[in-house]
Amino acid sequence: MQAETGSSAVGGHGGADRPATDRPATDRSAAGAEGAAKDRDKDRDKDVLLSVRGLQKIYSSEHGDVEAVRNLTFDLRRGELACLVGPSGSGKTTLLKCISGLMAPTSGEVLLGGRRVTGPPKDMAVVFQEYGRSLFPWMTVRENVELPLKNAKLPRNERKRLADEALAAVDLPHADKKYPWQLSGGMQQRVAIARAVAYQPKILLMDEPFAAVDAQTRADLEDLIRDVWHRMGVTVLFVTHDIDESVYLGERVIILSSSPTVVQEDLRIDLPDERDQLTTRGLPRFTELRGHVYEEIQRAKREAGTRV
Amino acid sequence: MRLVKNLGYALGLPVLLILLWWGYTLVSSNFYVPEPGEFVTTFADVWFGERFFDDVLPSIGRLLAGLVLSILLGVVAGLVIGSVRWLRSLLEPVLEFFRAIPPPVLVPVLMLLIGVNDQMKVVVIVLGSVWPVLLNTIEGVRSVDPVMTETARSYGIDGWSRFVHLVIPAAGPQMMAGIRQALSIGLILMVISEMFASSSGLGFTIVQFQRSFAIPEMWSGIAVLGLIGVVLSFVFQRVERKVLAWYRGLKEVENAG
Amino acid sequence: MATTRAGRSWGPAALGALGILGFLATWEVLPLTGLVDPRYLPPASEVLAELGAQFLSAGFWLAVWQTVRAWFLGLLIAAVAAIVLGLVIGTSAVLRRATHTTIEFLRPIPSVALIPLAVLLFGVQLESTLLLVVYASFWQILIQVLYGVADVDTVAQNTARSFGLGRFARVRYVTWPTALPYVITGLRLGAAVALILAVTAQLVIGSPGLGREIALAQSGGAVSAMYAFVLTTGLLGVLINMAMRVLERRALAWHSSVRGEVAV
Repeated sequence: MQAETGSSAVGGHGGADRPATDRPATDRSAAGAEGAAKDRDKDRDKDVLLSVRGLQKIYSSEHGDVEAVRNLTFDLRRGELACLVGPSGSGKTTLLKCISGLMAPTSGEVLLGGRRVTGPPKDMAVVFQEYGRSLFPWMTVRENVELPLKNAKLPRNERKRLADEALAAVDLPHADKKYPWQLSGGMQQRVAIARAVAYQPKILLMDEPFAAVDAQTRADLEDLIRDVWHRMGVTVLFVTHDIDESVYLGERVIILSSSPTVVQEDLRIDLPDERDQLTTRGLPRFTELRGHVYEEIQRAKREAGTRV
Repeated sequence: MRLVKNLGYALGLPVLLILLWWGYTLVSSNFYVPEPGEFVTTFADVWFGERFFDDVLPSIGRLLAGLVLSILLGVVAGLVIGSVRWLRSLLEPVLEFFRAIPPPVLVPVLMLLIGVNDQMKVVVIVLGSVWPVLLNTIEGVRSVDPVMTETARSYGIDGWSRFVHLVIPAAGPQMMAGIRQALSIGLILMVISEMFASSSGLGFTIVQFQRSFAIPEMWSGIAVLGLIGVVLSFVFQRVERKVLAWYRGLKEVENAG
Repeated sequence: MATTRAGRSWGPAALGALGILGFLATWEVLPLTGLVDPRYLPPASEVLAELGAQFLSAGFWLAVWQTVRAWFLGLLIAAVAAIVLGLVIGTSAVLRRATHTTIEFLRPIPSVALIPLAVLLFGVQLESTLLLVVYASFWQILIQVLYGVADVDTVAQNTARSFGLGRFARVRYVTWPTALPYVITGLRLGAAVALILAVTAQLVIGSPGLGREIALAQSGGAVSAMYAFVLTTGLLGVLINMAMRVLERRALAWHSSVRGEVAV
């Protein structure tokens, strides 16, 4: 429902001045809206894999409380590739940590496959931005990829098969005996992706995974993600601060406001499924969508001061 | 050619020093400085024989026993204390104090508490060398990279598996640094405990030589202690190079970058 | 979860104080239960009272002064020698290679092996203590200096050379600042070792200081006094460690990361 509003807004007038009536739809916190939404969700329950409901996170410290995330609600359908984009400091990482069960929300809940997330769920894998610190330097590439499988008590030959497949999928079939630190940054992030893919998760969370690699590698890795997503049919939630990247990668872009965070807009990306760094980025529609997301993020930054 | 050059670099200075020593004994006869030849024959006479089994081996045995015990104790306790935050806060000041006590002062204390026997000498070594292992392990566990910890958590790697695959390897470099310190403290304590309270062992023998002004014998004893230190450090380096090969490689890459 | 809550509501400082109190309480109770002979381990209160009494005696402060003096002089001599030699050896590839085996051989020799030699040469004087202290802490500092000099950026070195800086100027403006953090680390490690050896020499050889007081108290059966002196050496150790850490933080404040110890 949000997706439709979003795309119509863009289709209408580039999103420069959206009708004010859109706001309550995205910021739905009123009890009535919540109830109505719940009824509608029931029909789609089978379709929904991840459901974030009224998520709020407040960090308490000696210097007072900081509200990083105010009230976030959105759903992710099975097999969807959604990008989460927002200005820096908009609580993207906090949100991802709550979804992945690494951090408990202050209020609200996260449901995965209808079950409430209280700790890291079994069928979820996370790819972190800091690839160098996420891979274990005392293990070879293969040992890193196989570790979660070993921990899940998979038999040896099964582990080997999954690791081989995953390493082939990220185009690193011959690096398995190397140590991560012997590889370039982009290759290390490929290993981290292979580890996540080999784990055969239902959902893959990625926290700004390409923020620390160079532009060329980044483009390659973006195509790799689309490719893996197509092949495995996995649900992907991709967090980024890069507007281009979010539009290029996603079927859907969820735009967050500045801290304290709410969903600013939920936008469907109606670009052709077959994407290509040159042609896709050259499409007028791409430019239009990118412009819209840019406007929204600028608006989020502007409004950051007024909303307390 | 390269080999010859390397050999020259490796042996040049030691050979030069020995020549200087020899030259010095030729021109002047200092009571405290034996000739190289005399030194070598004394060394062989004194240590190749009964003394090796009666004094050297038991000393080394106690040293190794004490070191193994302190490493086991330090690592296990360090892993536990390092993993439990309140326990760490509770114990850290007390442990820091124990580490700060110069270990040799424990010798008279333990002579009182335990008496003069082998057991006491091993306990002295353990009580002296356990602290660097323990505190370094705690520090190593504490400073495991949070991203690695979250990675492990997100893949459901917890409990025993987390220790084996994450905590112990991550704390490895710190642990090894602690063990290295423990080795030299252990050796010091082996000698001290024997100088103080013993009628056998290396420390005792060397002091006997000194008291009876058996100068070449005394020097040969010092050389034996030196050799034990060198062998210990060589073995440790070998082990460390193997265990921490990944760490060396990582550091090299980081330094080059 | 319980652990973090406990940690937060108590605060590490309060917990640490609690730990010290717990330790003292255990010590107090242990001799009373008969698990340990109170003749050999008097209760904490008795030892602390003795320590308080010692604080009022001139002899105690003399012994503390003698120990601190041996520590400081020994560390100073070792530091000057190690820094000068380290800079000379470290900046020359030939010297570095030529001295490698000798250093690796001499370094692990336990300094206490020199005790008999010290006794022969100097008897029960300050010099005996100094010999051991200097030998032990010299290697700690030298190794760190060598590491520090090896860490000098070749680009910085070449830049300095291209601007026509001579060898001395290069050491002054390029090598020394790079090596400084390592030197400080070496000083901190050397300071701890120096205290150990200062007390050890006094204990074993009988040169004046806290170590000798411990040995005298033990052989004289003054058990409480012995423990009081042992506590004093520990307190001295804690003070020295703290002072060296403050020095390290001060000196390295400009440095982006206060680096960890080099695993030698």
